[in-house]
Amino acid sequence: MSALLLRDLRLAVRAGGGFGLGLAFFLIVVVLVPFGVGPAQDLLQVIAPGVLWIGALLACLLSLDRIFALDWEDGSLDLLVTAPLPMEAVVSIKALAHWLSTGLPLVLASPLFGLLLNLPVEGYKPLVLSLLLGTPALSVIGTFGAALTVGLKRGGLLLSLLVLPLYVPTLIFGAEMARRGAEGLSTGTPLLLLAGITCGTIALLPFASAAVLRVNLR
Amino acid sequence: MSLRVCDLTITRGGIKVLEGISFDLRPGHCLVLRGPNGIGKTTLLRTVARLQPPFAGRVEADEDALVYAGHADGIKAQLSVAENLRFWAQVFGKTEISPALEAFDLVPLTDRPAGALSAGQKRRLGLARLLVTGRPIWVLDEPTVSLDRDAVAMFARAVRAHLSGGGAALIATHIDLGLAEAEVLDVTGYRAQAAERDDFDEAFL
Repeated sequence: MSALLLRDLRLAVRAGGGFGLGLAFFLIVVVLVPFGVGPAQDLLQVIAPGVLWIGALLACLLSLDRIFALDWEDGSLDLLVTAPLPMEAVVSIKALAHWLSTGLPLVLASPLFGLLLNLPVEGYKPLVLSLLLGTPALSVIGTFGAALTVGLKRGGLLLSLLVLPLYVPTLIFGAEMARRGAEGLSTGTPLLLLAGITCGTIALLPFASAAVLRVNLR
Repeated sequence: MSLRVCDLTITRGGIKVLEGISFDLRPGHCLVLRGPNGIGKTTLLRTVARLQPPFAGRVEADEDALVYAGHADGIKAQLSVAENLRFWAQVFGKTEISPALEAFDLVPLTDRPAGALSAGQKRRLGLARLLVTGRPIWVLDEPTVSLDRDAVAMFARAVRAHLSGGGAALIATHIDLGLAEAEVLDVTGYRAQAAERDDFDEAFL
């Protein structure tokens, strides 16, 4: 299983991989927002947590269709299914590799991007914590969407439509936690709900992803 | 370690393509499937490899006995030849890749990115994957596509070595592999009859 993880990470950082894609998209969104809303610093301060969360979510969405599509195109997916790895493990590893190559860089870069949006000082810790707790759910839910649409030509649009509604609870509680943190309020409740959603998706969705993948490969 | 197929009926896109197929594959034996394009050889192999469920009948084989190789080789262009092979070896719990590299004459290409290989070289790499898995029953779909004559002989040698080591192979192919000991099964005779429409449906067609 570690072989699959290592291979996916190696592919992500080599030429043509998706490593920098999400991060670059996140940077573009965050840099463009101040141009769009004007140079009002107090306004930026208010919208910063929400913009950062939406940016992270869209950056995550951008690379979802690569999770299975590339392996499906070159035949590796058929071979992986017949290999002695449980399907649930394969999809979990794929989600983990996606998080390590897309979600984690976003989490680590978010303080820098918070600076660009004039995020209040007390907001950094809750922002990083909320992204750290929330982005794994984005990767796991995205892996489920990618498994549903594997094999469809131009499945990216369908994938976005299927996955975005499932992302809403994570976005609500993640952005709420970052906002409360920025305003100096208690973040306990959204933190617990966010962590609950993430734990729930990690526990349940790999089984669903494995099941739809088996059906899709017939 | 044998593979037994009993009265198997298979479907492609919900339509029956072959029915009533039975065969037995014992260690040391090779079965070559023949038949015109579209008859259902690939579907049969995918069913045997458990990539899709049979419509009727049974496929009996040990869980960890089969390895499947389809039309696509499952090669990552960004990884080197050795990295590709080592990955599959690790997935199947093995570590040794040099015998496979030697058997398919890939040693000079070991560190070349797989994306820079020719079609025939890629196919040789795909076939070398079979050796690193260490599985006894090979299920191969058109393994000789884009191979030159020497490489086909190389492949036949590898199959023969596999058979003499107690392995077995189920191969769909159109060309003569030069394996005199292989049994041939022509699946043309098992073509499924189109289901008769009953009168109720006919009124709407």
